[in-house]
Amino acid sequence: MTDDTPRTSVRMTVNGEDVETTFGTHKTLLEVLREELGLTGTKHGCELGECGACAVEVDGKPILSCLLMAAECDGAKVETVEGLMDDARLHPLQEAFADLGAAQCGYCTPGFLMTAKSLLDANPKATRAEVKEALSGCLCRCTGYQQIFDAVLSAADKMGRA
Amino acid sequence: MSSTNWNRDPKNSVGKPRRRVDARARVTGQVRFADDLSLPRMLHCRLVRSHVPHAKILGIDASKALARKGVKLVLTGEHFPIAYGVLPVSHDEHPLCNDKVRFVGDPVAAVIATTEEEAIDAANDVVVHYESLTTIATPQEALATPEPRIHTYGDAGNVHKKVHFEFGDVDASFAGAAHVFDDTFFYEGNTHLPIEEHASLAIQDPEGKLCIWSSTQTPHYLHKALAKALAMDPAHIRVIATPNGGGFGGKSDPFNHEIVVAKAALMLGRPVKICLTRLEVFYCHRGRHPIEMRMRTATDKDGNVLALDLQTLLDGGSYGSYGVASTFYSGALQTVTYTIPRYRFRGCRAFTNKPPCGPKRGHGTPQPRFAQEVQLDRIAVKLGKNPADLRLQQLAQPGSLTANFMRIGTIGLGACIDKVVEGSRFRERWGKLPFGRGLGLACSSYLCGAGLAINWAELPHSGVQLRLDRSGEVTAFCGATEIGQGSDDVLANIVAEILGIPPFDVRVVTGDTGLTPVDLGSYSSRVTLMMGNAAIQASERARDLIAKSVGEKLGVPPSRLVFANKRVFDAQDPNVGMTWLEALHRAESDHGTLGTVGSYRPAAPAAKYKGGGVGPSPTYSYSAAVIETQVDPDTGWIHVEHVWVAHDIGRSLNPTLVEGQVIGSVYMGLGEALMEEQVFGRLPPRLSNALVHKIPSILEYKSLTTKDMPDVTTYLIEDPDSAGPFGAKEVGQGPLLPMMPALANSVFDAVGVRVDEIPVTPEKVIRALEAKTKRYGPGEFPTVDWPEPLKVAPPWEGGDGTAQNEKPRKSKIAKDGTRIVTP
Repeated sequence: MTDDTPRTSVRMTVNGEDVETTFGTHKTLLEVLREELGLTGTKHGCELGECGACAVEVDGKPILSCLLMAAECDGAKVETVEGLMDDARLHPLQEAFADLGAAQCGYCTPGFLMTAKSLLDANPKATRAEVKEALSGCLCRCTGYQQIFDAVLSAADKMGRA
Repeated sequence: MSSTNWNRDPKNSVGKPRRRVDARARVTGQVRFADDLSLPRMLHCRLVRSHVPHAKILGIDASKALARKGVKLVLTGEHFPIAYGVLPVSHDEHPLCNDKVRFVGDPVAAVIATTEEEAIDAANDVVVHYESLTTIATPQEALATPEPRIHTYGDAGNVHKKVHFEFGDVDASFAGAAHVFDDTFFYEGNTHLPIEEHASLAIQDPEGKLCIWSSTQTPHYLHKALAKALAMDPAHIRVIATPNGGGFGGKSDPFNHEIVVAKAALMLGRPVKICLTRLEVFYCHRGRHPIEMRMRTATDKDGNVLALDLQTLLDGGSYGSYGVASTFYSGALQTVTYTIPRYRFRGCRAFTNKPPCGPKRGHGTPQPRFAQEVQLDRIAVKLGKNPADLRLQQLAQPGSLTANFMRIGTIGLGACIDKVVEGSRFRERWGKLPFGRGLGLACSSYLCGAGLAINWAELPHSGVQLRLDRSGEVTAFCGATEIGQGSDDVLANIVAEILGIPPFDVRVVTGDTGLTPVDLGSYSSRVTLMMGNAAIQASERARDLIAKSVGEKLGVPPSRLVFANKRVFDAQDPNVGMTWLEALHRAESDHGTLGTVGSYRPAAPAAKYKGGGVGPSPTYSYSAAVIETQVDPDTGWIHVEHVWVAHDIGRSLNPTLVEGQVIGSVYMGLGEALMEEQVFGRLPPRLSNALVHKIPSILEYKSLTTKDMPDVTTYLIEDPDSAGPFGAKEVGQGPLLPMMPALANSVFDAVGVRVDEIPVTPEKVIRALEAKTKRYGPGEFPTVDWPEPLKVAPPWEGGDGTAQNEKPRKSKIAKDGTRIVTP
């Protein structure tokens, strides 16, 4: 980025806090989160919308942040993995992922967590098949997915009972 | 009471399913991967990569790039005259190409600029003038085209390495055999595809020394490579392996980009970072070698193997990498699953103008295992036997030496076969399911760490240091690298088990050459066994120090003390004891500051012949699997219904992690079996005719999604092995190996065709169904001019592990302690 690179400012709510930030207009939401706001919990694996590692929630829907221009996010409500905990308490999905071995290297985990959160917010009684469908845009090379399915269903169960 | 023996029963954390100690960081996005790091005044690096596959570099014009405002430095091969590489026998890489490029993607220059965008733009401005050379696309072309040579070293022309071993009179066994089976197979290459792209950040630290954070599985080897390539004192280099966002072998080589950012940081006195793009990760590769194979097997009338005769031809790509080891591995472990009285192995690795192949999960063994296990299925069908019985009747024997002098430990293979056969009702259903539905069985075995280190030296392969703090916290330092597999948890678990404290009370510091004792790295399934044994030694030494003090205070013999539940107490009267904290304070007051070390080096291999250094391991893990498929005869589509997999783990240290490794291996194995392939094609002549990756994107490089992954039933077979910590064996690689042959065997059971080529795609199934032979696969194995065999008599024919016709070898110790052996 040079001095003459066009720049854009947006106001967003990120993890419940108002943020105003200025950045090179070409930047994606992924880049703004990681590079401008220091929220490195959101990962990248391709920056082409192919791996799902960069999934965040925008206005309640799972979005691949590498495919969304940050300039389009003025007024948006963005949730990232950093906002998943309730203060210092882990979200039930995080508890279940930790307990059941659903995170191995942990690199794809934030994308899976945010996608699963969107699913369970919309469909608290999701079936195993619905979990598989909802997560089908996220790739994990470590786990073979089985422990991820188990964790999402276990969290759903706990959230339903809470 | 020092050194408890292996078969002690774990009392505390070992063996219990448990959240790993670093789980919270992993589910909150707080693991700091290499690209998550940034520092003030940090610069960004971009490599200029060759767009031609084989060419002389005539000149590089960087003037336009250097004229850009944000550009601080352009580096080229002139800055890097010294070659490096991971194996001492193939130091054939330069951080930036010196005189020629060898594949599309070979780096020729590096631009360092104030922003990533500026570095990218400037890299596009660097003009490289090339003089094209003939390109070599396949090993067959390499054999037929000795000139121009891709490298000026190697066995001849474009052959990197040829090996030939004969263990007993194989031809005599074939001459007397009741049956001879002779098949050819091809296993296409594939790549690791870690979701994290490689990244590195280098600084000149405040004292002027080099420090680099990098997504590497092998910080120790990177340390060595940096010292060599930059001609630096290794005492002034610190390598910190950041947690890897997936490795699978793909981050095991020291990489050009790591050395480039190190050099740039030292020249500019500023932090320099690089993060590769996905395209670059495909070109870094170091993945599975494509291998063509011919497997001949002689059996008696009951199908018992009398002799194996295996030939492999490996497509090595453009550099050595681990390839010499890969070549040996394509034959070394064929003997450890079943009793093989005689064995001949011929292997050849050729250079081609493609990204270098190297180690991927299973390193060199999945390919010949595929051939062997598919051929066993053929033998069973031909002789009218159940494939499970054919295997069970000739299992290798525990505690034995194989024909090629691999020393086997415990064998849980029989139990593994029984479990998956029972779970899948294989005996009742195999061969009897309706057309279109099938079951396939296959088995395998894998190393628990290489018995000999890459750099031969009489030094430990792993070291652990403990610091016992007055607060009660224990810090464990080890050079092992957390690549997601859970090695930090293994370390904390073992220390905690022996000292009787929760694993969460152990702080682990790993993968930092400036702080931790050397561990050779996270590859060859070595960490649990080697680091684990070092951790046991260090922990038992700490326990003994503490027990001495506590025993004196309590008037109890130290050998009677139990360490559990954060207490140290008398086994005969648990009320007599003290808290862990009191015990620590007692010991510190007696002995001074508390700290211990432990280390591990495997016993000398039984194989003493040249080349026998690849294959030996302290023990071997075993796996068996049954795969059920539904195959559509009209479309060739293969739907995997279910996988039953059993793994001989020796002992599960943390069953949650062990099961995760098994299922993860099943997943990656199915990806290889069904769809993953790293394939190349030539661009049209009117373009550059370059040999390029056909599908260098995650979208096109097919891997299993959540919807492709079948349910997996996992069985863990626990028969502790005296070589492993608490009897544990490896699990990260072994369970992958049966997947490919089990899938191919299942397709045969479903629709009656043999696809002797991996991946087994719908197109190949259709072609096999249409073929008269009901087979799809390679034809004749290429003619290779093999060298004279090294003849080694098997143990039961009077052999002692040496070759009968080997010339004496000279060995010398290099400056850095490496033993270099030359023929």
